[in-house]
Amino acid sequence: MTPISYFMVLSGILFAIGVVGVLIRRNIIVMFMSIELMLNAVNLAFIAMGRRIGSIDGQVIVFFVITVAAAEAAVGLGIIISLFRNRATVNADELNLMRW
Amino acid sequence: MPMWLFFFLAALAVIAAFGVILQRNPVHCLLGLAVNLLDMGVVFIGLGAVTVGFLQIIIYVGAIMVLFLFVIWLLNLQAEGLSGYLGLKFFGAIGAAALAAELAVIFLQAAPISRLVAAPPTQGSIASLGRSLFSDYLIAFEATSVLLLAAVVGAIGLARRISSSADQAERSGAGQTSLPDQRTAPFGGASRAVDRDDQIPTSIPAPATNDSARRERRSA
Repeated sequence: MTPISYFMVLSGILFAIGVVGVLIRRNIIVMFMSIELMLNAVNLAFIAMGRRIGSIDGQVIVFFVITVAAAEAAVGLGIIISLFRNRATVNADELNLMRW
Repeated sequence: MPMWLFFFLAALAVIAAFGVILQRNPVHCLLGLAVNLLDMGVVFIGLGAVTVGFLQIIIYVGAIMVLFLFVIWLLNLQAEGLSGYLGLKFFGAIGAAALAAELAVIFLQAAPISRLVAAPPTQGSIASLGRSLFSDYLIAFEATSVLLLAAVVGAIGLARRISSSADQAERSGAGQTSLPDQRTAPFGGASRAVDRDDQIPTSIPAPATNDSARRERRSA
């Protein structure tokens, strides 16, 4: 059987890959996908540690995280659509109206 | 979970995650993310969280990823090339690799009692999840339902097109109005071309019509 620390290392690696995705990609939708990747890594950490201490609380928290991620995805994509209608671009470098 | 299964699922998840951040076409990135989330659903089931694993597959992959796909299709995004400051991207990647290494070091130094606890066989079932959800986490459950309602109202309010009086005046051949219409875009400024919905290819272009007003507007 695999130790719990292996699952935590996998969670850390996935989280770091999500961070890289947010940093290096300039397409807003791909940045959003990298944020979902980070949320998924945290979900794995919750489930693994919940199993480790023998509690159901990890799974309940993941239930809420999935729900909140769904709500956030809906509103975020609505914002992206509205942004695209006004600026005709999804490149984050071109959305600089509020920059100095 | 046996070791060979864990390593197979972990390798698949990491490869799919790299596919998300490195692919040029957004639809390919989405495919990588769907594979990663499906893989994590299987890992959840393997860890005993059966209900949450199935919920992840149904909600995350089945609804959220499809929503992403619809938005990508609606905006008609194409494959893109490298852009931005490549030096900053390189240092960002190195910083994130340092983060991953640091997390790995911390987690691998865990106490030797890090084996999987022998969970009771019904811990991940719907009954045990529901029992905890409706007793200990009831307030969070109700607050989440309010949050979902707010998200639905907000998403619809953000993404809908409001047919303004300017469009109706053009359709009757009265020409372009000079007053900016406050209802066309959420933040005003409706007199610019990019704010009127017929100038941006946000969807499949409408076929050519014989309508004189539409032809006059198209030539303007």
